[in-house]
Amino acid sequence: MNNTIIGHNLLIELKREAQKKRLAGGNIYADKIVSDIFTNAEDIVHKNVVRKDKQINWSQKADNILTSKITGYPIMLLTLGAILWITISGANVPSAILADVLFRFQDVLTGIFMYLGAPDWLHGVLVLGAYRSLAWVVSVMLPPMAIFFPLFTLLEDLGYLPRVSFNLDHIFKKAKACGKQSLTMCMGFGCNAAGVISCRIIDSPRERLIAILTNNFVPCNGRFPTLIAIGMIFGAGNLALHLQSAAVAGIITGMILIGIAVTFIVSWTLSRTLLKGEASSMVLELPPYRRPKILAVLYRSFIDRTIFVLRRAVLVALPAGAITWLVSNVYVGEISILAHTANFLDPVALAIGLDGFILLAFILGLPANEIVFPILIMSYLSSGYMIELDSLTDLQILLVNNGWTWLTALCTMLFCLLHWPCATTLLTALKETGSKKWSFLTFLIPTGVAFLVCFIVAQSARLLGLAP
Amino acid sequence: MGDSSVSHRVLREHFGINTKENQKVIALAGNPNVGKSTVFNALTGLRQHTGNWPGKTVDNAQGIFTYKNNSFLIVDLPGTYSILARTVEEEIARDFICFGQPDVTIVVLDATSLERNLNLALQVMEITSRVVICLNLIDEAKKKNISIDYAGLEQELGVPVVPTAAREGIGLEDLKEEVYQVGLGFKKVQPRKTHYSPEIEEALAALIPKIQDLGWGEFLNPRWIALRFLDGDEKLIDNIVRHLSLKAGQSLNSEVEIAL
Repeated sequence: MNNTIIGHNLLIELKREAQKKRLAGGNIYADKIVSDIFTNAEDIVHKNVVRKDKQINWSQKADNILTSKITGYPIMLLTLGAILWITISGANVPSAILADVLFRFQDVLTGIFMYLGAPDWLHGVLVLGAYRSLAWVVSVMLPPMAIFFPLFTLLEDLGYLPRVSFNLDHIFKKAKACGKQSLTMCMGFGCNAAGVISCRIIDSPRERLIAILTNNFVPCNGRFPTLIAIGMIFGAGNLALHLQSAAVAGIITGMILIGIAVTFIVSWTLSRTLLKGEASSMVLELPPYRRPKILAVLYRSFIDRTIFVLRRAVLVALPAGAITWLVSNVYVGEISILAHTANFLDPVALAIGLDGFILLAFILGLPANEIVFPILIMSYLSSGYMIELDSLTDLQILLVNNGWTWLTALCTMLFCLLHWPCATTLLTALKETGSKKWSFLTFLIPTGVAFLVCFIVAQSARLLGLAP
Repeated sequence: MGDSSVSHRVLREHFGINTKENQKVIALAGNPNVGKSTVFNALTGLRQHTGNWPGKTVDNAQGIFTYKNNSFLIVDLPGTYSILARTVEEEIARDFICFGQPDVTIVVLDATSLERNLNLALQVMEITSRVVICLNLIDEAKKKNISIDYAGLEQELGVPVVPTAAREGIGLEDLKEEVYQVGLGFKKVQPRKTHYSPEIEEALAALIPKIQDLGWGEFLNPRWIALRFLDGDEKLIDNIVRHLSLKAGQSLNSEVEIAL
């Protein structure tokens, strides 16, 4: 009996001593032990194994460049920038053609309604509301998606994404989060709800929660086209056409980098406050590079992603367009219900560089982020400035007429990037965490960050006299 | 010897493993996709059954084979890249090798990517010395023009290395022979010690004597325990205390039984 008690005291003392050593050494032991074991393994292999394997050598060389500390990051940035540039410069023309065709068909529809003598409100709800927002969703969002998704899927198929994960691992480690979080972020590019589900691959509950809480900071399918659309309409100003695409690609790349930076900052903060703990190590197997199967890539990106997202957008856009038209055409006193609400939101919205309509569009967009921009256009269109819109240039005029400056565009993009996740993502977070508290934080943290960042940007720009 | 085999049996029962008198227990470890199941099936044939690890939703397969009139119970551990207990699977594999006290642990390695695979073998060798390396997929390695110095590898690692191509049935008899030799204590093995960076070795040197004072020595390797203290795996330390008291309590009971 005595023996066990002595043993027990000794154990406690030992634990304390080890902890002291760990803290004094800056907590590097766990990492060092893992990398030392690998060094031993490499050493043994080096002595006893001879490889004449050409394919391995080739992929090793590629890995040395793609995952090098010096060239890894620039290549990642360039790849992202290049994909966005192709997307934006490629989407311009089809977007314009689609808008042209779809709005010409709107005139046909209007003609039919007039011929049949349909009442004005019916024409308003169905054509000016439902059809027009559908037309906007398709013409603004379809072309970028149809170009971006195949390119992204191509990278996935090549085996580049695990390398990205590898590159980002040590930054995540600094934030005391799991390196696999970058894989869940890649999923988030597709859909944040899917991103939240994919957090299951992270084994430590602490790190999994961090990944769930921050997944929203990568722009999903629904928000990405909004960013691109605003970037295309507004970002490049009066630059020459070929420079425009590059400038917009630069802006969007910047947005994604901001999202990633915020992910790190929030993860870092969470690891030191609500979710204290150490990062765990993991083995990431880099799969061999493969020649992508072009047909499979096209199928996956068109059917699984483009059509899926578009379908969801259309399904939500139709009723949302109709409802938006209604609330903006039902008047209480002098102005419409929509304008009343927007006016109510105006003081808060202006403080963070938006206006009441923009904030309202984000709130109405809670069911699906895809419809934020169409709702916004609808509310501007039905609130006085009834100009005929049939191209992206007209869209810019509409926004400028409604008081948009470069600061409005920037703050709208930032808010779009950082604000609360869509309802589906929130429900998924509830299902995955099983906790109301954590799901509420999934809503609260991005919302807080979005308001804070936009407030700081808007106020400093105004203080410096850069924008009205 | 008799006493310790009783307490081993108690510990194994805790993992849902029941051995017969004189039956040797073999743990089968390896990375995912290295042909571990093929080796398992080839050794046991149809004499196997599957269930779950107690309290976990991870598959546990066990099988029996006989070699030179000795019965061996072979336990298929979950496929893992390491046994640092970062995942449920890793924890199961680690706990069984550590507390289940298998008589032999076979580590199946993929000969076509040895660096990654050796990582696991080195970790296992830190816990237990009774290790046999099954170097699988040597046929694939040949196809890929990878030549491996088997004897050199064996000398370097200090444990038997058996080249196999389990799918073709190559090398399995040799594997059984080595398992028999090590498991029954005919062959003494001395696994290579993993070398750590100076700062780690320094910290280890300070901790190891104190760990030896705890008196866990005959049961667990003090160097390995010291490493776990350093990487802050407090859960394992608590686990050790729990298992030790289980072992002490149970062997006390069995002594009482014998006395009665």
